[in-house]
Amino acid sequence: MSNHLQNLNLKIWRQDGPADSGRFESYLVGSISDEASFLELLDVLNEQLIGEGQDAIAFDHDCREGICGTCSLMIDGQAHGPQRGTATCQLHMRKFASGDTIVVEPWRATAFPILKDLMVDRSPLDRIVEAGGFITAATGGAPDANIIPIPKPVADAAMDAAECIGCGACVAACPNGAANLFTAAKVSHLNLLPQGQAERWSRVEAMVETMDEYFGSCTNHGECEAACPKSISIDFIAMMHKDFRRAKVKNRTLISQI
Amino acid sequence: MTDSLLQSNTPAGSIADKWDNYKADMKLVNPNNKRKFKVLVVGSGLAGASAAASLAELGYDVEVFTFHDSPRRAHSIAAQGGINAAKNYRGDGDSVHRLFYDTIKGGDFRSREGNVHRLAQVSVNIIDQMVAQGVPFAREYGGLLDTRSFGGSQLQRTFYARGQTGQQLLLGAYQQLARQIGLGTVKLWNRVELVDTVTVDGRCAGIVTRDLVTGEVRSHAGHATVLCTGGYGNAFFLSTNAMNCNVTAAWRAHRKGAYFANPCYTQIHPTCIPQADDTQSKLTLMSESLRNDGRVWVPLNAGDNRAAAEIPEAERDYYLERLYPSFGNLAPRDISSRAAKRAVDGGRGVGPLKNGVYLDFSAAISRLGKDTVKERYGNLFDMYERITGENPYDIPMRIYPASHYTMGGLWVDYELMTTIPGLYAAGEANFSDHGANRLGASALMQGLADGYFVLPYTIGNYLAPMLNKPVPGTDHEAFKTAENEARGRFQTFLDIKGTRSPDHFHRELGKIIWDRCGMERSAEGLQQALTDIPALYDEFKTDLRVTGTGSSVNQTLEKAGRVDDFFQLGMLMCRDALERNESCGGHFRSEYQDEEGEAQRDDDNFAHVAAWEFTGDPMKSNRHKEELEFETIHLAKRSYK
Repeated sequence: MSNHLQNLNLKIWRQDGPADSGRFESYLVGSISDEASFLELLDVLNEQLIGEGQDAIAFDHDCREGICGTCSLMIDGQAHGPQRGTATCQLHMRKFASGDTIVVEPWRATAFPILKDLMVDRSPLDRIVEAGGFITAATGGAPDANIIPIPKPVADAAMDAAECIGCGACVAACPNGAANLFTAAKVSHLNLLPQGQAERWSRVEAMVETMDEYFGSCTNHGECEAACPKSISIDFIAMMHKDFRRAKVKNRTLISQI
Repeated sequence: MTDSLLQSNTPAGSIADKWDNYKADMKLVNPNNKRKFKVLVVGSGLAGASAAASLAELGYDVEVFTFHDSPRRAHSIAAQGGINAAKNYRGDGDSVHRLFYDTIKGGDFRSREGNVHRLAQVSVNIIDQMVAQGVPFAREYGGLLDTRSFGGSQLQRTFYARGQTGQQLLLGAYQQLARQIGLGTVKLWNRVELVDTVTVDGRCAGIVTRDLVTGEVRSHAGHATVLCTGGYGNAFFLSTNAMNCNVTAAWRAHRKGAYFANPCYTQIHPTCIPQADDTQSKLTLMSESLRNDGRVWVPLNAGDNRAAAEIPEAERDYYLERLYPSFGNLAPRDISSRAAKRAVDGGRGVGPLKNGVYLDFSAAISRLGKDTVKERYGNLFDMYERITGENPYDIPMRIYPASHYTMGGLWVDYELMTTIPGLYAAGEANFSDHGANRLGASALMQGLADGYFVLPYTIGNYLAPMLNKPVPGTDHEAFKTAENEARGRFQTFLDIKGTRSPDHFHRELGKIIWDRCGMERSAEGLQQALTDIPALYDEFKTDLRVTGTGSSVNQTLEKAGRVDDFFQLGMLMCRDALERNESCGGHFRSEYQDEEGEAQRDDDNFAHVAAWEFTGDPMKSNRHKEELEFETIHLAKRSYK
């Protein structure tokens, strides 16, 4: 049977809107099942606040299965909280103890302005994908799916990179606010596959340069990999850098051939 | 007899020729004229993203609306197991016709032949398209695509990408959409929710949206509007749907004249993690693919409290293998779900709350080795352990059915057009392909089929005659009226100032619908629900409490609007279930079962689609019929024994 945690002290960032300066507020949750997820703790707190006539705490969440990448939260200073390889929605209260004080903040990054309370705007990540995170294959003209065999290790490596859920934890955990792990995951997913070769060099150049418009620079701290709910390896960052360097030469060569 | 408004417009010809005949006859729009037509696509899941990207590639002026922060977050992403396609790469006897037949039979003979056959036909193109876009499907060592089997099929036609097939397919479609956004051919509206559809002279003229960050209510006019807004499984409150999934877009369209078809056809998925406590906000699915290697069992005797490992083989009941020997643990979802319910209701449930059945991998681990099992299902096992704190390599998983998918939805014809001209519905939002029960790995197939390979053709057929004819703009009176109604509606929620939150009402409503219109229904229970839901709805209208304001992010206010619509839908679900005096697929009426407890259809009286017309009060909606004509397939009792 489930056990209950008693008297959790929550210090939560409240901010009315993008222009507000924001502040921490303290709340007490008297009792919660250890089977509850961290977001269900916030649900319980919000019910409590609505009962008292107060504004509920705004936070992003959706699938609660760790796959949509909507949820966020810095929990005690760690992106997605203390459990490795786990998004906030999959973090359960059995990882905490009665009487704990838990500090909850939104993602911390200049590129992610706060919309309200714990909710931030992560749309710069979409801008990076729009710049080149795709294979140009308009609907209708695709050849048979088995026409190009892809060695299993290659497909598996591409899949390892493609698992990224786009939550932005890598950015929030990075002392520089860099989005290299996010960008590298998408670049590597597509650059590893035979179908991605035609745009390999233009893709990496466009995506990295768009990334640089919004985000800080990578200095190989490795915090991103530690915070990633899918444990995506920073090896992909090395792959991206290598491709970017080669692209700078190759793209010029390609242009000179015209 | 089929109602005059419910003509399916299925093309003539033999079943295999219908789609080709349609394409040969349809009207076309010249490439240079396509940009003169604006198409509004609401929703960015598999159907929405693929439709928007494909329409933009063709040259249409497209706008996409999503309530998420990014189109990549739509709930298609959570689909785990796979996507069906009649590729026959295994040489195991698959064909378009067999996928067509399996889907019709899986749907318990309550879907439209023409639509389903087209779905099976284009299924092969979907795999080609997604591979070309870089979806990293699972592969064999030789580099060719791997497949596995799924419930309701005796073939291995399901393509997959680990346990994250939905994620990879959605990212594929999202990337294609992102490319169009980057090129400026699609305008994206994120964190924006549809709050009404607008009809002028009987034609859909556009939509009204509410900005979830600023509260701004705004009109958008278009030549055609496509709703790809998903299903209504969250009517049950506890479901495997994402927290924000809702029926609002479909329901608002229904209120404006779109008929709502078969709302009682809801799918209860057999393999979800059982509810653990009262604060639970949602249930988590464990992919049906697990049933390829997991064996479902309960103790033979009621009240057996021993741990799983202490129960000897002779005292276990592998009930699916016993009851359905030819399909065994891969019996279809509705059948597996009811069998689990009977086991738990009979006192043989397992786990702390006695509310589950075992899904046991010990035989697979000894046969295949832990590494192979880990490679096939590793991420699912990890997810299970994070949620329950139990390690499924050592202790059998506990599972129980939960609301997962809704086969019902907006009525559409062969072209996926609703009863409002110019308004289309695709993906889970429409009712068209799955009849009374959907087979596993067919939702992804249908969403992408609609978006990639159906709508881009059928919309042109509608738009072609409208070339250079004026359409109403957002300054039209109908838009202003709809905007004012929407503003008034949200202000009303804020002004009630009662005592109970939207979530509180949603939980109560969901419990009524689950108890009375869930896995098993009866006339008596449904009549009770039709008393209880309106009574609770009256309380909602007088005792709701929404804190905060309407001019900044207010998730409580968003939820209020969605729960309001779930109340109205809940009444219609129960009325539809009450009127359908038979059992079929996911709709199981306790009065209509054979001596072995299997569903008993009534083809003489109910081989039709029930499509409901809104009349101002969901308790007084009118029921219309589209008779289903089976020209190719003979109606038969659905047996998986």
